[in-house]
Amino acid sequence: MASLREIQTRINSTKSTKQITKAMNMVSASKLNRAQAHSAKFQPYMLKMQEVLGTIANGTTGASHPMLEKRPVKKTGYIVITSDRGLAGAYNANVLREVYREIKEKHTTDSYVLFVVGKVGVQFFRSRGITVTDAITGLNDSPSYVDVAEIVKRTVSAFTVGEIDELKLCYNHFLSVISQEVKVETLLPLGEIEASSSTTYEYEPSEEQILAELLPRYAESLIFGALLDAKVAEHASRMTAMQSATDNADDLIGRLTLVYNRARQAAITQEITEIVSGAAAQQ
Amino acid sequence: MNTLHVNIVTPDGEVYDGDIRMVVAKTISGEIGVLPHHVPLVTPLDISILKLRHEDGGRTLIAISGGFMEVRQDTVTVLAETAEQADKVDYDRAAAAKVRAERRLQDTKLSELEFKRAELSLKRAINRLSLKDYGRD
Repeated sequence: MASLREIQTRINSTKSTKQITKAMNMVSASKLNRAQAHSAKFQPYMLKMQEVLGTIANGTTGASHPMLEKRPVKKTGYIVITSDRGLAGAYNANVLREVYREIKEKHTTDSYVLFVVGKVGVQFFRSRGITVTDAITGLNDSPSYVDVAEIVKRTVSAFTVGEIDELKLCYNHFLSVISQEVKVETLLPLGEIEASSSTTYEYEPSEEQILAELLPRYAESLIFGALLDAKVAEHASRMTAMQSATDNADDLIGRLTLVYNRARQAAITQEITEIVSGAAAQQ
Repeated sequence: MNTLHVNIVTPDGEVYDGDIRMVVAKTISGEIGVLPHHVPLVTPLDISILKLRHEDGGRTLIAISGGFMEVRQDTVTVLAETAEQADKVDYDRAAAAKVRAERRLQDTKLSELEFKRAELSLKRAINRLSLKDYGRD
């Protein structure tokens, strides 16, 4: 059995680890709140845009746009959203595993390009010798639209100019604080857009032109929406991971304390035995 | 009541929400004024200053960097990537952006896309800065 002092050292180190995980848990909880609020603020924009687009798409039969049409896929673009920092449970591993599998299954070396968000993802692909075409790292915890506008626009324009024929979005979708789901969605070409209203609008200057202006923006805001969603999921995932780390630390401390007490008692018993037998020998 | 409900939303949240007598906006094909009982309309907006005329005669100016305006049943919704009222604009940042964009435009080796991007960024900066002088008259 380990000596009393060894056990005490282990208890102390577990305690300090627990302090850290607990602090991280609380930090993530408050960040999660903020991220959720941010995501909620973005919703009206998204909904409104969907509504207008849906109305246009439904009202016009003749209007078409390259972003709506399927074409033979020679090259696929992937947007992979990961976090900058680890210690978020299986958050990054889940999405990266999914993307890696998809790439291995469906693609040869030059039939795909990767746009990666987050350091963890960039390192993952670099270490496997996969080229990352474009990356953003060091994004703050509630990114504003302006922060990501550049990469988002570049990605969407890669589709418009024909560099890629399909754009997929891979990220963690926030279901609840304890569960996140990996999503791989085809973003472009855009599928059907649901219409919710049937107002007939006047278009200024023309429907086609409006569609040409609106569709890229729509795609951009879908990416931004996914990014916000992934941020929420990241904080939730980190929070749960840190919560269970704290719980585990508690368990471990409990068990170690038990061992410590037993060892202490054994030592005391032994001392008493020694004293008693020493006294008996004197008589 | 003869008012329009104006709602300006950006991806980072709602910027303005209120009742207004008239909206003057600059579309990509020219200026347009919207009064109550306007027909339903959808139009893209230019990088410009959106003018909201209040019922008491006062006005609110908002710098927007492109976007859309939807008019329906006395409700005007503006979707913009960014929208700022005069007191929210970071003028120092806009001035810096202007200088940066101007310098980039000097570069003769720019591709067409890069040139266009720099041009747009210059336009946005000038638009924001113009809000400062607008407030004075």
